[in-house]
Amino acid sequence: MERNLMKGNEALAEAAIRAGCKCFFGYPITPQTEISAYMAKRMPKVGGVFLQAESEIAAINMVYGCASSGVRCMTSSSSPGISLKSEGVSYMAGSDLPCVIVNVMRGGPGLGGIQPSQSDYWQATRALGHGDFQILVFAPSTVQEMADLMGRAFDEADKYRMPAMILADGLLGQMMEPVTFKVDEIQHHDASEKPWATNGHGNKRRHNIVNSLYLQAEELERLNFERFERYETVKKELHEAELYKTEDADIVVAAYGSVARLAKAAVDRAREAGIKAGLVRPVTLWPFPVQEVREACRNAKRVLCVEMSMGQMIDDVKLALDCRIPVEFYGRTGGVVPKPTAIFEQIKLLSEKEAE
Amino acid sequence: MTTETIFAGFGGQGILFAGKLLAYLGLYQDKQVSWLPSYGPEMRGGTANCTVCVSDQPIGSPYVTDPDILVAMNGPSYDKFIEAVKPGGIAIIDSTLVTEECSRTDIRSFRIPSTALAAENGLPGMANIILVGKLLKETGFAVLEAVRPVLEKIIPPKKANLIDANMKALAIGMAL
Repeated sequence: MERNLMKGNEALAEAAIRAGCKCFFGYPITPQTEISAYMAKRMPKVGGVFLQAESEIAAINMVYGCASSGVRCMTSSSSPGISLKSEGVSYMAGSDLPCVIVNVMRGGPGLGGIQPSQSDYWQATRALGHGDFQILVFAPSTVQEMADLMGRAFDEADKYRMPAMILADGLLGQMMEPVTFKVDEIQHHDASEKPWATNGHGNKRRHNIVNSLYLQAEELERLNFERFERYETVKKELHEAELYKTEDADIVVAAYGSVARLAKAAVDRAREAGIKAGLVRPVTLWPFPVQEVREACRNAKRVLCVEMSMGQMIDDVKLALDCRIPVEFYGRTGGVVPKPTAIFEQIKLLSEKEAE
Repeated sequence: MTTETIFAGFGGQGILFAGKLLAYLGLYQDKQVSWLPSYGPEMRGGTANCTVCVSDQPIGSPYVTDPDILVAMNGPSYDKFIEAVKPGGIAIIDSTLVTEECSRTDIRSFRIPSTALAAENGLPGMANIILVGKLLKETGFAVLEAVRPVLEKIIPPKKANLIDANMKALAIGMAL
């Protein structure tokens, strides 16, 4: 299969089209604008829809409407734009609608900056909108994975009737790497596979309603209970992490996305220096890969969580380990990328602490 | 073995394109490659740079602080990166725009008046490609004719007339 050299943003867009995404609604924002640009060029050629909405809020509500009709659709943005979409995401979760939302994170809070960041972890995994709900969150680490996880996000979103998010960052979005697409042709997904979709009943069935307003408290509670039962199934079925040199590791680094690559380089350097270091890289952020993190840290004396934020995933790492192993933190924020050498220094520091 | 190269200069000098050319050459040799650009305020008037990694193995960090090779096309970029080049590394410098002599003795440095050479040879805007030619010669990374299919791939059809000009610029760089 052909190796293409593409930006992460472009690989993601092409993978979405091949996964059968028929409609893209978006609004430009750095560092994800290449997704919109690619969609604008390619969607009309494959019989799909590209629409640049008047705002992020309009775009997510177009996704709501489109997803209601059973069509695979998506939107993408970067941090401040995702905040604007959060109302719509909550409505989609409340209406059990599948879709894919891409967040190519940049520094925050507020308008922040445009350089890479991971400071929307809490937003993605805890509260992408009001109410009791979760969305699926996938964290790619390479351009190839940007493509692979895109197809997967659509499949899992449909399977569980949930919004799914690809949580990337400016570094992954802007960089080019070789990518091979697993599917050669555009997959077709028939909306009739979704019996709940509002795509015309043709007098053959009762009409479907897509809605998130329930004024009877007991009814809303029942629906929330049902949804959370489904979340329990998702937690059992969907959890993934990459384990790297963790079997005998004294120091395990926990990192996701682009930072995991920097951490991997630091782990290799630590190994060269005779420190038994390893890396656990969550691929799914919700559900968090609890078992995998435990397995990775089986022999660990200390854990180092590295993020491009002030420390957000670290809470999940501690919870996964029931706080039995000390979890330290190293991070840069505001768009500053942590250097592999700095991560290595932190590993060395922990190893020296442990030796004392 | 991984070779890490930083291309740096002003926005508009073809810094990102020069990096892309090297990345594609790696791709065509079935190597692992990564191309990471600077984006944002730097590009709007100040310095632009990109980092290209070429390796036999999957690339860990695409983000590089101490490159094996530096291609510097202006003073600020030269100042920013010259001390970071790994000992034993290579610096290829556009001496038309970087007036400072390179004082490092632990690297191989080449001062090429590429902006002036491009102008003299009727190749405006191709100082970057002349420097890539020099890079290919010094590293032995690719022979001249191996570059043509890459140029055909990355130069859009409506600018196909630029392929020969690029080849000429590469040849100038390789001959130095």
